[in-house]
Amino acid sequence: MARVKLDNYAIEAAPRLGFKGWMRWSWRQITSMRVAIILLLLFAAAAIPGSLLPQRPREGAKTRQFLEANGWWGEFLDKAGFLDVYGSAWFTAIYVLLFVSLIGCIIPRCIAHFRAMRAPLSPAPSRLDRYRPKASGEGRRDAAEAIQQAAAELRPYPGWTGAITGYRVRIDERVKRGEAQTALAAEKGHIRELGNLVFHIALIGILVCVGLGAAFTYRGQAIIVEGRSFTNSVVAYDTFSSGRLFKEESLEPFTLTLNEFASIFSLSGRPEDFTAQVVATQPNGDWTATAIKVNQPLGVGDAKIYLQGNGYAPDLTFTDSDGNVAYSGPVVFIPQDGFYTSLGVVKVPDVTSGEQVGIKATLYPSAAGTGDGILSIHPNLSNPVIEFTAYTGDLGLDDGIPQNVYKLDEAQLSPVRGDDGQVAKLVIVPGQTVGLPDGSGSVTWNDTYRYAAFDIRADPSLPYLLAFAIAALLGLSLSLFGARRRIWIIATPGGDEGPVILVTGAALAPPHDLAKAKIELDRAMTKAKL
Amino acid sequence: MTAQSLSVAALWGATILYAIAMVAYSIRLAREADAKVQAKRLVTAGGPAPDVSLAEQTGSAPLPRSAVKALGIARAATLVGFVLNGIGVLARGIEADHVPWSDMYEYSITGAFVAVGVFLIVQRRRDVTFLGAGVTGLATIALGLGLTVLYAEAESLPPALQSMWLIIHVSIATICSGIFGVAFIVTGLQLLKDYRDSGTPRTNWARGRALRFLEAVPKPDVLEALAFRLIAVGFVLWTFTVMAGAIWAEHAWGRYWGWDPKEVWSFVIWVIYAAYLHARTTQGWAGRKSAYLALVGFGALIINFTLVNFVFQGLHTYANAS
Repeated sequence: MARVKLDNYAIEAAPRLGFKGWMRWSWRQITSMRVAIILLLLFAAAAIPGSLLPQRPREGAKTRQFLEANGWWGEFLDKAGFLDVYGSAWFTAIYVLLFVSLIGCIIPRCIAHFRAMRAPLSPAPSRLDRYRPKASGEGRRDAAEAIQQAAAELRPYPGWTGAITGYRVRIDERVKRGEAQTALAAEKGHIRELGNLVFHIALIGILVCVGLGAAFTYRGQAIIVEGRSFTNSVVAYDTFSSGRLFKEESLEPFTLTLNEFASIFSLSGRPEDFTAQVVATQPNGDWTATAIKVNQPLGVGDAKIYLQGNGYAPDLTFTDSDGNVAYSGPVVFIPQDGFYTSLGVVKVPDVTSGEQVGIKATLYPSAAGTGDGILSIHPNLSNPVIEFTAYTGDLGLDDGIPQNVYKLDEAQLSPVRGDDGQVAKLVIVPGQTVGLPDGSGSVTWNDTYRYAAFDIRADPSLPYLLAFAIAALLGLSLSLFGARRRIWIIATPGGDEGPVILVTGAALAPPHDLAKAKIELDRAMTKAKL
Repeated sequence: MTAQSLSVAALWGATILYAIAMVAYSIRLAREADAKVQAKRLVTAGGPAPDVSLAEQTGSAPLPRSAVKALGIARAATLVGFVLNGIGVLARGIEADHVPWSDMYEYSITGAFVAVGVFLIVQRRRDVTFLGAGVTGLATIALGLGLTVLYAEAESLPPALQSMWLIIHVSIATICSGIFGVAFIVTGLQLLKDYRDSGTPRTNWARGRALRFLEAVPKPDVLEALAFRLIAVGFVLWTFTVMAGAIWAEHAWGRYWGWDPKEVWSFVIWVIYAAYLHARTTQGWAGRKSAYLALVGFGALIINFTLVNFVFQGLHTYANAS
């Protein structure tokens, strides 16, 4: 390969490249193997920061924390794309260049391969001395007959494997240096190049599928409490994201009802099984009752429903100071650790009189200890306790800014204090009613439900992606394990001595394959020498 | 005797036997190298015109008895160690009631088993005694670290791992680690040998006694061919591992690829070995440069197994069952 020489003007008399020349030069560089290797290594290196730094698309909250903790350095990393490596300009540039290089390499090779497959074999060289391994011997048959036997040994075996394991064969009756001889040229290895091309084309297919999939996909998360239902529409999701070409009308409006959620934990608290018993109802009225587990998603239409999380939803009632029920229903608590110590928020805007009320609560499913030392020692509901603090004031719901339902905006709220002037930490157990110390209302814990968090996702590219992946794997196997060998055998009649012929043969193969090539050469030679 | 104590006892036995085998293989290698050096000297001293090719041919000088004995011990220890290693892995599987590759401890004992298995399989086809010390050494380290540092009580599988893909995806990943491990040793030897044979003044140190064992190791191009064959198999299997992982991720997490640290590093490993496969057929990269890439690839594999499990936060962290 020519060395890279950017300084085209260093020598005065040298011809100038000009625009076309530079384009040609760039194209040749980018499709060269050396540049491909460098791009591959860059690709690998560029992927690494994404595993070291928090990534915005995957872990938004952590990224924000990182930015807050790292000041200008965090800002810089963010600007430079290190907090979204796989969407950054430089990462994209590398793989686009890599694929341009790949395509530029593949197209000429496809054409060359197509020609090579149709081109006749070139005849055996006239002298085999300089090839290794080689073999020679004598036979007592007609030269043409001997070569026919050897060819039969090397020709494709019957059945579909023949195409992979067999040789293309050519036989020449010719005169070299005044001697009549029969020469056999056998070659295999087209399957190797074919596999190689299939593999690389499949890689392009995978990239295209990933791109199209990202454009047409949608993904949403829905939290469903036992006994409740969810209808597949964009507004019903807790979070929803979709690709650029996704259309809301393409959502199939099925309904999902969570009948029951069951979990099994070991004595030490390790999860052993999560099962969501659901009923999925199609728009046309067809319904199925089934179980969704972590490794067992449910397919409805073109969407799939995955069980992604679960937790407790205590059924709470808030009665205001006038004795009216201002809030009642299950409240989703988000688990914070393996023992399901969970945080929940109740917002009560519609009190009959007085200020709005908000509650920040912690659920301990198996509470141990009291006061500040309270903690959960197992995820099961064996001794459930909720510890909560109430706030009064303005919840900030009327500002028109969408709020996180799992977070209390404390800006215009003040905590309810006890008689001692300290913020009141109240404790409640199921079935109990606890009044707030300032008389602004009371909380009742009626019951506890389970809830399940489902991811609902459709990606129309998946079947094609799988097909390309399988093609890539097959192509790769063929290209690495398919042999590329040439075998030549020349039979020369022994002249005056009658039926004796001289047989010489040689094989050509890459170094790692020479031993096997020698075995095949010997096999064919044995037939020829009979 | 419970399955648990049987497993641990068998694995300690295997560790000790692998260590013995490593020492015996090293002795064998050293003796063989000595014999070769001696044979070369005899030839150069005996004839008026030293003929290098003749010296190469007489490489098969009779070996001292100790070398023959060392090989016997090494082979026996490896084989018995391999059987004990297998028993240990099997007993762990019975104890845990699931496939024995669900956490780092299980992964390392199974990986050691596969590495030695790969060595034994290659050994049946061609003489690769020179690899023995490296492979058994690597297996000793994997088992020793597993039993002391990584050990974790057998636990039931969490819901995320209750899938047939655990059997497929992780077993192939373990086999890959074994194959890439053996290829790493072959490549390391290739580079050392290449360095020793290069004959430039800068590499004088490599021709000293310390690296004399390389005399008993095949030529760099032979090693390169062997490493390539191993890496080719490993690469196809790694491709399968990544694809199977993507299918499983699609099944369990609802996305086939999410740039989770484990996914990132699996991808990095794949790309590095892909670069290796391209480099070894490219002028200017074949030989030493591509060999470095193979070493870097194995380095990434080790990082994927250690750092990614211990340090980085990701969805695969349950593999570190502590």
